[in-house]
Amino acid sequence: MSDLKPGEEAVISGYTDELKYLQLMEMGCIPGEKVRLLSRAPFGDPISIQIGSYKLSIRKSEARNILVEKHSEDTRSLQQA
Amino acid sequence: MKIHAAGLKKIALVGNPNSGKTSLFNALTHLRQKVGNYPGVTVDIKKGTAEIASQRIEFIDLPGTYSIYPKSDDERIVSEVLLDPAHPSHPDAVIVVIDATNLKRNLLFCSQIIDIGLPVMAVLTMGDMLEKRGIRIDPGKLSEQLGIPVLLVNARRQKGIDKLKHYLKEDLDKPKKEIYSDIPLPPALLEAGRKLYPHAGKYYIWLEILRAQRSRKSRDSKLKALKELLRDEQVNIARIQGKETLGRYKKIEEIIMESVDDSLHKSVQISDRLDDVFTHRVWGPLILLAILFLVFQAVFFLAEFPMRWVEDGTAWVSTVFSSYLPSGWFKNLLVEGVIAGLGGIVVFIPQIAILFGFLSILEDTGYMARISYITDRIMRGVGLSGKSVIPMISGMACAIPAIMATRSIENWRNRLVTILITPFMTCSARLPVYALLISIGVPSKTLLGFINLQGLVLLSMYLLGIGMSMAIAYILRFLIPADGKSLFVMEMPLYRAPRWRNVFITMYERSKVFVTEAGKVILVISIVLWFLASFGPADLGMRHDKADTEQMTPAQYKSYKLEHSFAGYLGKAIEPAIRPIGFDWRMGIAVITSFAAREVFAGTMATIYSVEGEGDEFHSVREAMLHDVDENGRKVYSLATVLSLLVFYAFAMQCMSTLAVVKRETKSWKWPAIQFAYMTVIAYSASFIVYQLFR
Repeated sequence: MSDLKPGEEAVISGYTDELKYLQLMEMGCIPGEKVRLLSRAPFGDPISIQIGSYKLSIRKSEARNILVEKHSEDTRSLQQA
Repeated sequence: MKIHAAGLKKIALVGNPNSGKTSLFNALTHLRQKVGNYPGVTVDIKKGTAEIASQRIEFIDLPGTYSIYPKSDDERIVSEVLLDPAHPSHPDAVIVVIDATNLKRNLLFCSQIIDIGLPVMAVLTMGDMLEKRGIRIDPGKLSEQLGIPVLLVNARRQKGIDKLKHYLKEDLDKPKKEIYSDIPLPPALLEAGRKLYPHAGKYYIWLEILRAQRSRKSRDSKLKALKELLRDEQVNIARIQGKETLGRYKKIEEIIMESVDDSLHKSVQISDRLDDVFTHRVWGPLILLAILFLVFQAVFFLAEFPMRWVEDGTAWVSTVFSSYLPSGWFKNLLVEGVIAGLGGIVVFIPQIAILFGFLSILEDTGYMARISYITDRIMRGVGLSGKSVIPMISGMACAIPAIMATRSIENWRNRLVTILITPFMTCSARLPVYALLISIGVPSKTLLGFINLQGLVLLSMYLLGIGMSMAIAYILRFLIPADGKSLFVMEMPLYRAPRWRNVFITMYERSKVFVTEAGKVILVISIVLWFLASFGPADLGMRHDKADTEQMTPAQYKSYKLEHSFAGYLGKAIEPAIRPIGFDWRMGIAVITSFAAREVFAGTMATIYSVEGEGDEFHSVREAMLHDVDENGRKVYSLATVLSLLVFYAFAMQCMSTLAVVKRETKSWKWPAIQFAYMTVIAYSASFIVYQLFR
């Protein structure tokens, strides 16, 4: 997910390690949910994302473990990294 | 619902962070609040009472959390309180506070609370924001779906509070149904659980199993029994929790379909425009610096006026007592020990109140999360997160409110490290010491035509403090490693106007906690220090005075008394130990007395050098110290000694109030003891190096 550009939207498809990311799921980042990368912090990291109607700040190293599927041209390809 | 012997009904408030839980708590209880302590947890639990239909109800404000599964020790208190009927705060009923704008996520936790099976109702907040977005929630239908009463409240505008109170007149019922019942418990465990808790639902049993698994030494016989059973059963807890979370969300989606009308929903770009500015690559950090500067200035300078009133007031009270009480040790104890000690506690209130006023505004407006967002990258280098920035900046005014401010750091490891390093920041009490020492030891020269050397040294002292705190944070990465489990995900709440009631209650409540809890320790230590500095072996008949005290001026007598007090003898006793860092016994005495607070250094020096007159103490002390020579005719305050003293005061934990507050915040003497020890070792070593280099 950390590969998205600011403003880009995608859909969460899973986690690299589902068990470790219980906390993210509890905060609403569940597979199937739409996410939008809002911006990067002034020093490049963390990033802010919109899930549902709220904003989360998440470190890139943590965002890397959220797998997303982009809507656009390459719908099929899983984005990881 | 059972009524306690005292007739006090207890209702716990739970909910997600930023759900408006604390606002509701404040609206219900006003200032009738107190902070409760629990053994083993560092988090504070606020309790408050309200009179509803001539019945006193105690409300318990539990920490905000996203789920019933604790991610930190502090969140654990939520499930402990709710599950353990023997817990002193175990409630008769629960109110789940729900941010209506984030219904889905808030309902996850709400559904877990429902399934515990305690009497419960839900309160929806932030309904005003919904209308703007064209979303309509039907509380009646939601209530039907959840099987519990649901009420819309606007704590900000006091709307719905009366209706809520009306609800609470009657006892709440247990939920009508279970929301999620698919926890795959091994039959043997479920069977055993059903026997142990015959009246409980499946989810309660599951949570008790988790509690048994977490507990190390529990005296609870049921937990013990469950723990025994867990040894034989293989349960993949994390997998079950993951499945449950997904299952609940699925169920919640059905519930939302039934009770929410978002056909008019306008897809909003949530407060993006403000964030475009506040977290902008250039403007963001600049605005942040300006705001941090403002907060620092306020704590530093704005607090000075009320602090002076406190000091003047203390002096006035002392004079009154002095003139009415007969002379003697009792008068001295009262005036110089107790009153001075109390004054020394009250004097911190302005700084604490002002800092927490600002922090509460920053928190309420949502800007606090942005501070963490912007600074996270920088602090990560030393193993911390953006949340440590505010305490560290506050530490440049005073470590006491700064350490109290660390409670906004959820991660305990990071909070502890921040507490350990914050006292290195150059606080305002160091300034008079630095000013005096620099004026004695550093020549007032101008470098390159515009840089004042004394100013440069003062600036270096600030940088030295920041540098040392960063270095220690870096080293602590290896000594206190991160647990690796907790993520640094943080919600960035919407920007909102501050709620002034919350601001004032925070200011009041923080000041009260400081006075009532850290204050005790400070008072005891100041009385001990007063005793050490006012009494000596001669007073207790252990030794005879041979000196002719009759011939002395009052100032000389004071100096003589101090030199022959316990503190004086102690200062002389430690002289061999402090020789290598360039201190003599006088500085030894000053180090001992200024443990009360660093700025006492100058006053002690004035007493030691029998400085006469009240007015221009600073200059007379300075003169006396400047011209002091040792037996070989060398200046006592050589450059090496002055630099060594500066470094010592930069690094040593010369502040009993800080230790008292660390004890209060970590809820044990272990950390203040460790902090005192390691700061003293660092100060001594650094002073040793500096002294030997410049000698």
